[in-house]
Amino acid sequence: MSNLQDTQTYAPGQHPDMPPPLATRGIIGWMRKNLFSSIGNTILTLVAIAILWRIVPPILDYFVFDAVINASNREECVAKGTGACWAVISERFQVSLYAFYPEAERWRLKLTFLLLFVALGPVLFDRFPLRKQMIWFSLAYPFIAIWLVVGGFLGLPLVETKMFGGVMLTLIIGITGITFSLPLGILLALGRISNLPAMQIVSVAFIEFIRGVPLITLLFVASTMLNYFLPPGTEFDLLLRVLIMVTLFASAYIAEVVRGGLQAIPKGQYEAADAMGLKYWQAMRLIILPQALKISIPGIVNTFIGLYKDTTLVLIIGLFDVLGIMRSALADPKWNGLSTEVYIYTALFFFVSCFAMSRYSLYLEKKLHTGHKR
Amino acid sequence: MAAADIVDSRSALSRAWNNKEARSVILQILTVALLFGFFFYIIRNAVINLETIGKGYSFTFLSAPASYDINQTLIDYNSRDTHFRAAIVGILNTLLVAVSGIILATIVGFVLGVLRLSKNWLMSRIVYCYIELVRNVPVLLHILLIHGIVVNTLPVPRQSPSFFSESVFLSNRGLYVPSPLPEPLFWATMIAFFGGIVGTVLYKRRARKLQEETGRILPVFRVGLGLIIGLPFVVFLVTGMPMNWSYPELKGFNFVGGVAMKPEFLALWLALSLYTSAFIAEIVRAGILAVSYGQTEAAHALGLRTNRTLQLVIIPQALRVIVPPLTSQYLNLTKNSSLAIAIGYMDIVATIGGISLNQTGREMESMTIVLLIYLSFSLVISLFMNWYNKRIKLVER
Repeated sequence: MSNLQDTQTYAPGQHPDMPPPLATRGIIGWMRKNLFSSIGNTILTLVAIAILWRIVPPILDYFVFDAVINASNREECVAKGTGACWAVISERFQVSLYAFYPEAERWRLKLTFLLLFVALGPVLFDRFPLRKQMIWFSLAYPFIAIWLVVGGFLGLPLVETKMFGGVMLTLIIGITGITFSLPLGILLALGRISNLPAMQIVSVAFIEFIRGVPLITLLFVASTMLNYFLPPGTEFDLLLRVLIMVTLFASAYIAEVVRGGLQAIPKGQYEAADAMGLKYWQAMRLIILPQALKISIPGIVNTFIGLYKDTTLVLIIGLFDVLGIMRSALADPKWNGLSTEVYIYTALFFFVSCFAMSRYSLYLEKKLHTGHKR
Repeated sequence: MAAADIVDSRSALSRAWNNKEARSVILQILTVALLFGFFFYIIRNAVINLETIGKGYSFTFLSAPASYDINQTLIDYNSRDTHFRAAIVGILNTLLVAVSGIILATIVGFVLGVLRLSKNWLMSRIVYCYIELVRNVPVLLHILLIHGIVVNTLPVPRQSPSFFSESVFLSNRGLYVPSPLPEPLFWATMIAFFGGIVGTVLYKRRARKLQEETGRILPVFRVGLGLIIGLPFVVFLVTGMPMNWSYPELKGFNFVGGVAMKPEFLALWLALSLYTSAFIAEIVRAGILAVSYGQTEAAHALGLRTNRTLQLVIIPQALRVIVPPLTSQYLNLTKNSSLAIAIGYMDIVATIGGISLNQTGREMESMTIVLLIYLSFSLVISLFMNWYNKRIKLVER
């Protein structure tokens, strides 16, 4: 049979395609192409394998295989195993989420957190069911959230902002900053490219000042000397001061990103808007900003990620965000010296949320891409 | 009569509002007036508040003794010195960590950026994972993590591991390296070094002139290397190696001799550099990708070799894309160095904006100083980078 096949003849051009040679397909072909294509490439592969060999097994051993999950203090951990002592995390897990928020009231935070996803869904994804109606809920969400988290009216007991902390505080600062810095940043960007000199000077001065100093100094200003600038006897909540400072800080960065987007819009678009008789705000809302914002999405999301990471700085002025509250565990003599575990846990929390944000930005970029992809 | 007046004034107002120029003037006057009103209001509040507690606004506290210690100083300082000198020490410490951070971050960032583009799948994946892990974690967390590892995980000086035949020690007191002690004849080597730099600059100028006139290319890099490193080395050997080293030695509970990188500096320096290098790597990658492959093909078609192509065609074009975002990374690194206060490295925020502020209670003045210093740092860095950017940017006709 096989002999017969070997000798079969075909009319010219009718021979079926033969499979490519073994060395260029399958896993071997892939390896030859991507790992061993040249001497330099082979050396790089060997170096990479050596690095992985030296780094990955010890890390896995320390953090996974030799780690201790159940223990009541550090001595017990050391006695049980040679690896990381995750017991400190399991003991502090609840605290890392809610900090000092009274336990009886924690259902309010859980509810707020659940509603957050309901509010974010229609904003982030355009295939969300009942999107048009749900947007109204998203707009109302900030007020509902304030009522639920702070309380003090409509039947909910007041929880002072001093009690706030942990993941919850990080989310509050991050989300408030993100929500309010975008519109403010757009206004600043429009001011900066405006034809009116007064608007321009004010915006430029604000943006350059904010961008020229570290956030931590602004937080110091908010925490130590803002009271001097308020009418005598005014008490101003520290958390509120921080929220305002973080928002102002992020808006200056957003402004620069949006300005980049605005500058990328061809002049013809402005002229076309004028030719159609659109007024300034109409032209901005309908023609210029949608295009400019689309261009600046990666930059805007990057700024948001930066802002979210910067929320950790509030620990320096005495607010206990997720990093601050976990750090306070280190002051406990029971868990002395376990800083690596505590910081790795916090780092994981930030990694997951920031990575999710950057993936969403990629998804959005792809979705809004209207050009011709090559 | 009255009704007519109202109609008249209304139409005048609305006429002004509908006129584009008049409206812009009105808007601007309103903005400026609001702004001045706001500043007048807060400054008046500040004056009243400061008067009530009897503080005033003056910088005389700068000449009072600081009476606190600073663990790492570049210039002589003790606790009897003034707040002013403490501020100078702080500024120098900020500059030290910023400059060394920028250097390390640039080197690591460029290497990572190039490796990320490598054809080797494994290497580019490893670098990708590293970059994503590093830049999605707050920089403050990096600083605290590395500081925690240095202080809590590294061994005490007595059991510290040594490298390079007992000359470098790493312990929870920091990294100890030998420090050079120059002997009298060392000035000859220094002169040779600076002479080498001047010689290289002159040689480069001549080489450029020669290339423009005849097209002949002189080996600038190799000659420069010889002049700047080789020549001082020869002089160093000829004058009989006039250099002693002070080696760190374990005496009692700590090391004596050598130069110490304190855990605070070490943690801040490494954390800032690693964090920024991840961003620089992405910038470098984007910059190299922005140069179209046709440029490489054209250069090859002209007969340029690979490294000449890189040096003369690809890198100059990539730098144009790289420099502006690189500038903002340098600025970010400098500003992030203010997080030193979290681990007790005494930079400007920790000295004048921290301990001095708490001791004297001069919030306004201390914060003014700190803000002005950072503003001028940012200004200087961006001026320099803008100058450099202008020098290398594409000249279009």
